[in-house]
Amino acid sequence: MSDTAMNEDLLEHEERKSLESREFGFWVYLMTDAIIFALLFASYVVLSKNSAAGPTSKDVFDLSHTAGETALLLFSSLTFGLATIAMSLGRSGRVVQWLIVTLVLGLGFLAMEMIEFSGMIGQGAGPETSGFLSAFFTLVGTHGLHVAFGVIGICVMIGQVLAKGLTIPVRSRLFRLGLFWHFLDIVWIGIFSVVYLPGVM
Amino acid sequence: MDHSAERTLSTYLTGFVLAVVLTAIPFALVWGGLLTGPAVYYVIAVAAVLQVVVHLVFFLHLNLRSTPAENLFFLGFAAVLIFIMVGGSLWIMMDLHHRMM
Amino acid sequence: MLGRLTIEAIPLYSWVAMGGAAVTVCGGLAVFLLITYLRAWKVLWTDWLTSVDHKKIGIMYVVLALVMLVRGFVDALMMRAQQAIALNSEGYLPPEHFEQIFSSHGTIMIFFVAMPFLTGLINIIVPQQIGARDVAFPFLNSVSLWLTAAGAGLVLVSLVVGKFSTAGWTGYPPYSGVEFSPGVGVDYWLWALIVSGVGSTASGINFIVTIVKNRCPGMTYMRMPLFTWTALCISVLIAFAFPALTVVAAQLTLDRTLGFHFFTNGDGGNMMLFANLIWIWGHPEVYILILPAFGIFSEVVATFSRKRLFGYKSLVYATACIAILSFTVWLHHFFTMGSSANVNAVFGIATMIIAVPTGVKIFDWMFTMYRGRIEFHPSMVYTIGFMVTFVIGGVTGVLLALPPADYLMHNSTFLVAHFHNMLIPGALFGYFAGLNYWFPKAFGFKLDAKWGIRSFWFWFIGFYLAFMPLYVLGFMGMSRRMEHYADPNWQPYLIVAALGALCILCGIICIAVQLYVSAKNWGSARDVTGDPWNGRTLDWATSSPPAPYNFAVLPEVRDVDAFHDMKIHGTAYRPPAHYEDIVMPRKSGLGPIIGAVAFVLGFAFVWYIWWLVALSLVLILICIGIRACDDDTDFVMPAAEVARIEAAHLAQITPVDMHDMRDFEPRGAASGTPLAGRA
Repeated sequence: MSDTAMNEDLLEHEERKSLESREFGFWVYLMTDAIIFALLFASYVVLSKNSAAGPTSKDVFDLSHTAGETALLLFSSLTFGLATIAMSLGRSGRVVQWLIVTLVLGLGFLAMEMIEFSGMIGQGAGPETSGFLSAFFTLVGTHGLHVAFGVIGICVMIGQVLAKGLTIPVRSRLFRLGLFWHFLDIVWIGIFSVVYLPGVM
Repeated sequence: MDHSAERTLSTYLTGFVLAVVLTAIPFALVWGGLLTGPAVYYVIAVAAVLQVVVHLVFFLHLNLRSTPAENLFFLGFAAVLIFIMVGGSLWIMMDLHHRMM
Repeated sequence: MLGRLTIEAIPLYSWVAMGGAAVTVCGGLAVFLLITYLRAWKVLWTDWLTSVDHKKIGIMYVVLALVMLVRGFVDALMMRAQQAIALNSEGYLPPEHFEQIFSSHGTIMIFFVAMPFLTGLINIIVPQQIGARDVAFPFLNSVSLWLTAAGAGLVLVSLVVGKFSTAGWTGYPPYSGVEFSPGVGVDYWLWALIVSGVGSTASGINFIVTIVKNRCPGMTYMRMPLFTWTALCISVLIAFAFPALTVVAAQLTLDRTLGFHFFTNGDGGNMMLFANLIWIWGHPEVYILILPAFGIFSEVVATFSRKRLFGYKSLVYATACIAILSFTVWLHHFFTMGSSANVNAVFGIATMIIAVPTGVKIFDWMFTMYRGRIEFHPSMVYTIGFMVTFVIGGVTGVLLALPPADYLMHNSTFLVAHFHNMLIPGALFGYFAGLNYWFPKAFGFKLDAKWGIRSFWFWFIGFYLAFMPLYVLGFMGMSRRMEHYADPNWQPYLIVAALGALCILCGIICIAVQLYVSAKNWGSARDVTGDPWNGRTLDWATSSPPAPYNFAVLPEVRDVDAFHDMKIHGTAYRPPAHYEDIVMPRKSGLGPIIGAVAFVLGFAFVWYIWWLVALSLVLILICIGIRACDDDTDFVMPAAEVARIEAAHLAQITPVDMHDMRDFEPRGAASGTPLAGRA
């Protein structure tokens, strides 16, 4: 065996070890992110009745819109799962197809959120109106921002799968992106259960 | 990656169906006004917690045997801290709220 | 084009402020010219700034901490001088300037002295203590360092361009809101916190993964040295507490910049929520600062008592207990906010409970010293000074934990004395002990012990002179943060406190002299074995300074005192049958670049220069993108190269240099050495 081949082996071994660390590190990162969301939730609950002179939650929330967003995110979790299955079968074409479906669903979610936000701001219910709306826009907006990063991540991963194929690092990145995407769906459960559903009652 | 072995289609589909049901219940209750009073909040809370568990088990493939112990430890630790931080904050702020009324 | 940045940002309003700006600019210029004169830019860039080696990153953290310590201490001297003379007069500082000084003093000492100091020591030592070749994510480590440096840079720049916050280091609204603090000061404070906070969070995650995943064979959790245990606990605290700081700082920033109403007086804001959120971070932060020092004391006390650490397991459990309890007491920082008796009682009791595991630790250290052969090395002297002084702070802390008593002492100088009594002996003495203890590990020669002892006495006496009067003044009713006062009874105490600050100044000068003298005489104090103190843990098994890969062959651990065990069994300093290739991370310029861009980002946000904000955000995304697509971040160091470095190191060690281990042969349970067969 030549020297370079031995080096490649050694590098690959180290790489596997480091990818394992990365997956664990990413898990810990998700936990810290969960704390961020938890505190944003706490702030929202504390401020949710402080609508001052502005509109209350009943005036601005539209449950059917929320149901649509929920459906899009839930479907996208499923399609990301299907991409993961395709990855485990080594079918890179399928992976890309399902990632594109997930991407479209994610973009659809973001579009619906934009429509909701711009509609609210248009009718004078922007974040600078009251404590309630500040907390609402910050919590839901932070989730939206995460989804936007996830969407960018999906684009990057589609590119990597096409350019590099399903190499070990690419699989690991895709796995971590999947964790991120499912995590965002979990946060969304909190959002519709804490913000929207009690908000319209 | 050996994360893949058990990721069969049926896990995802089961999880998906359960999640849809657990989403539909609270939405239906609120929309249809089937329940009133504090009971609605309890149902929403229980459905939400159950759905989080469903996501963890069926989408994130959390498993007491195959998931590394340190991952479970940090998940549990985060859950405890979220309980302390959110519970404590709400307790403190609500208590203050009542005293300032 | 430049947002709200105009020529008026230059601090022409007072000669003292101008002086501060001039010193900062001249200092920066002097460093720049010195590096240019030494033609050291290239070496600095390739060997240090772009390095991803945990030892070099650690050294840079400690250098940052020492520089900022001087800056923060100048603030302290100015406050003491002002209060010593400001009886019925204005003193020499206008109120607004005085407010900036106490705000920057607290901010700097917590975020840019204590945090980088402890992160630096952890960086240098922890991978060596667990028998690892590097941290889990070397590049992320470099990014963390440069984000911390960027935050420190923002605080320093606020001296020259604009003003710093006048809202204290915790920046309570509504005063820190845009209505009452419309200038840039609070924004500087916020962005320094946000930028460095992101760096700290990344460090926390990095060290969690390092300690969980990178331990060498045989290094079970219950064989980890105590410093590593404290590092693990505070990494968990950092990872779970700093998000709270990020949230609260982001919310206040949104309030100030975009007109949100989280903490405003009107429109449904709730300023009490700010106190609640910042202390959810703030209390764990206290333990983030103190626990690593406890770890250092544990290492030092075992080494210089020549005994196995007493009650290792109880120390581990006590550390873990403190870490968890630290999340359950935050309300004690605002008992007086007006919660009901039940709420205050629960948090008061939780606070008092923390004294129990802390007491356990004090007893463990004392029992380690009991019947030990104590050597009064500077690090050991700092440790003893800590134990004596810290107990006083602990007692005043339990006093403050009683809500009714807290109502009397709240916001008085008693409180100021209490937390300085925790943080100077509890944290800073620990870091200084660590500096004296581990300096030879980082640089290959020992620090001068005489100047070390002198610095200790100045710090120790200076501390008592400076803070005991503040306890008394607190009882006499003096509030903290007073720019001037009218009660002549206070002045004698404040003059004594000012003398104490001067005494501490001598302590800092002694440390500078110690560093200078030791560097000058480095040849005569060289550490050839890598084990100058007859140490017990694995960090002493590497050479001093360690090779880039730390361990040529990963060690096998059989005991808590792993290296001590190797020396007794004669397995230390033995070359292996053969060496293997070692994979090393490549250096990267992206770390300092991301740090620099983050500094510009913070600066642009402070001054509302929106195009620059957008540009820096895009640049940061590009940097992350470049790194994310790079699959070639490692290189291989060939076995021949490893063998050459190791042979050169082992050739230096003669039997004369090795410590005589005959005294440590097992003689039964009371000898403090491990019993046979405890592998």
